Amino acid sequence: MAAEFQTPEFREYPAVPNALVKDATAHLSPFIAKPNHQEQLGFPGELVENWEEKAIEKMGDLLSKYRGLRVYLDSCVKCGSCTDKCHYYQGTSDPKNMPVARQDLLRSVYRRYFTFAGKYFPKLVGARDMNREVLDEWYSYFHQCSQCRRCSVFCPYGIDTAEISMAAREIMDSIGHGQKYCNEILGKVQTVGNNLGLPGPALSATLEEFAEEIQDDTGLPVQIPLDVKGAEVLLITPSADFFAEPHIDGLMGYAKVFHEAGVSWTLSSHAAEAANFSMFIGSYSNMKKVAERIRDAALELGVKRIIVGECGHAWRVAYSFWNTLTGVGAGADASDEYALKLQRQLDPSVPQPMHICEFTYDLIQKGKLRFDKSANDHRTVTFHDSCNVARASRMGDWAGGQFDIPRAVIKACCNNFVDMDPDSIKEKTYCCGGGGGLLTDDLMEIRVKGALPRMEALKEVVDDRGVNTLAAICAICKAQFAKVLPYYNFPMHMLVSTHQLVGESLIMTGSNQEKALQPKQQAEAEATAEE
Amino acid sequence: MSVLYALLFYVATVLLIAGLVYKIRQYWITPAPLKIPTTPAPTTRGGVVLRMAREVVLFESLFKSNKWIWLFGYMFHVGLALVLLRHFRYFVDTTSFIWSWVPLISPIGKYAAFALVIGLLGLWARRILVDRIRYISSPSDHLMLALLVGIGSSGMLMTYVVHTDIIAVKVFFMGLMRFSIQPLPTDPLLLLHLGLVALLMIIFPLSKLLHAPGVFFSPSRNQVDNPREKRHIAAWAAKLDK
Repeated sequence: MAAEFQTPEFREYPAVPNALVKDATAHLSPFIAKPNHQEQLGFPGELVENWEEKAIEKMGDLLSKYRGLRVYLDSCVKCGSCTDKCHYYQGTSDPKNMPVARQDLLRSVYRRYFTFAGKYFPKLVGARDMNREVLDEWYSYFHQCSQCRRCSVFCPYGIDTAEISMAAREIMDSIGHGQKYCNEILGKVQTVGNNLGLPGPALSATLEEFAEEIQDDTGLPVQIPLDVKGAEVLLITPSADFFAEPHIDGLMGYAKVFHEAGVSWTLSSHAAEAANFSMFIGSYSNMKKVAERIRDAALELGVKRIIVGECGHAWRVAYSFWNTLTGVGAGADASDEYALKLQRQLDPSVPQPMHICEFTYDLIQKGKLRFDKSANDHRTVTFHDSCNVARASRMGDWAGGQFDIPRAVIKACCNNFVDMDPDSIKEKTYCCGGGGGLLTDDLMEIRVKGALPRMEALKEVVDDRGVNTLAAICAICKAQFAKVLPYYNFPMHMLVSTHQLVGESLIMTGSNQEKALQPKQQAEAEATAEE
Repeated sequence: MSVLYALLFYVATVLLIAGLVYKIRQYWITPAPLKIPTTPAPTTRGGVVLRMAREVVLFESLFKSNKWIWLFGYMFHVGLALVLLRHFRYFVDTTSFIWSWVPLISPIGKYAAFALVIGLLGLWARRILVDRIRYISSPSDHLMLALLVGIGSSGMLMTYVVHTDIIAVKVFFMGLMRFSIQPLPTDPLLLLHLGLVALLMIIFPLSKLLHAPGVFFSPSRNQVDNPREKRHIAAWAAKLDK
């Protein structure tokens, strides 16, 4: 699709909120799901006849199932705190991209049908009937939200626009008006086992190639095993790690870490996907179905641990939801046979699931990994906190471990590390612009514009601190940055996977790299001794 | 007039309590099927209590976000709290020991009214002047501010300019609590003040004022961050386990 839009200019004072430009991105909508995409997820193929009524019915159903939705729709006082916090608002100046205004697209309908004030005084409280205009507006603007939760950090009641956009998408799916990108991909993962639709034999061949590459490089018999029964660890990683750059380099990094740690591990062809786009469309039942493939694989292979590769929303689903959805975790009730079946199998002495960064960090803490940090000396690295890792999950056993652990891993293998503007990292991190089911070419304009705040913060450290490397821990962030960095005149190759930095500096026992270092280290040791 | 206002306050009180009980019960029984605290979040129940306390007492998240909204919002809410405490003197016997703090706090409440009204005016000015906030405002948002400013300023006028017979007001309200209707002074300002208060009580459970109970039920703020340690499952979701 031809890009018929202007990349936003870097703002002189990004902290000053933009003046509003009404309907600036009203023309943006993703492709609508085809009937077969819809039906394979249990949704009607196309817009049902009495969809207005059905939409309200579904809203009522969700209100009775999700306390958060109910409380968030009632509690907003329109204080304005969130209005300048969304990256899509900052990149487009469209008022409907202000979090509260986005929520109001749905709240106005909620008020009309579910509140006294909206039923009897609709004008007074801005309540609206459900109609075609509203539906089109929902479809457009609820697909201009990446569910990054930045607004919820700043809301005095913690109102999370992500929950509201998930509900809106679930309602639209339920009346036959779903999004092609998410629903088509969910069909693939549910039938083939990964978002790509990559069948087992093709996956196996790809993994062998990567393993050979590592073997050529290190001189060690490093493997990337698939479907190995009785392995200790099942690695669940986004399928982008099998085909996209720089994701692949991250995968090779994990393989090196597992090999060096001497831990047996395996991927699964049945569950060769960490991503779970069901979260983006707010569908609990689909989210459970996709997560159950992982449960099934874990039971089938008899693994003791489940480790998750670099992916943002997938880590949210894994960390925050897997225990709920499928029992991957601990602490099930004694009567909860479903969860206990898996929990009895998993090793209770380590967190289940574990993030690959937690795994590597633990090995570093125990002194089990050695790095040649000079291998990364040509880099000055900054780190992009992924929204779902930063604001919807955790690593380690302390609040904020999700910020400390990836940074500690990077610093263990790089000498030069710089953080971006404090207002753009950690819990205040900006979305890459492509999360939440927006990583599709039909939404390129909003993706590029939404990346503006992140690109501005990056520009600052590139210009002032000499940063030339952007490390990410999310498959979507990586794919998005690979696409949008050039729009902002950054070189694409400045983007790396976090475990790429690990892999490129890890000194594996007996490797070519270790041998090459020995004379150098010997010389250094002799020099020290002479002094 | 006394009978009319007595009835008004009975009706307003019943609607306020019934409405709040209904909404709080609704929040209480609606499940939160997934763990969605905004992280970093406390990993213990005690930590959550502290987080909520900081949110409710200090408006922590708002402070992080926008210092002007925080300042005006905080002035209004703290002012309101102190003014409400001062109003206890109309409803309790201040000679009894447990209420002996009421006369002590009264002088503070007298001046807190300024914070209350100035805070409201600051918020209202932002609602009109800042284009983003103007955009998200409905007529009801302005009317709510008008109502609160009306209550605050009519009250201040009675405190500082046109005094009313507060002893008689106290007799009226103490009477209401014993279901005995005593004469209410008929100063227009007092009637306006009380009429607006009754209106506020009635619309409380029907409006955005539900943010007051709502904040305590917000899953992004009240959940413990321990999903790996404890399986969290709602009844409707458990049915999907097979």
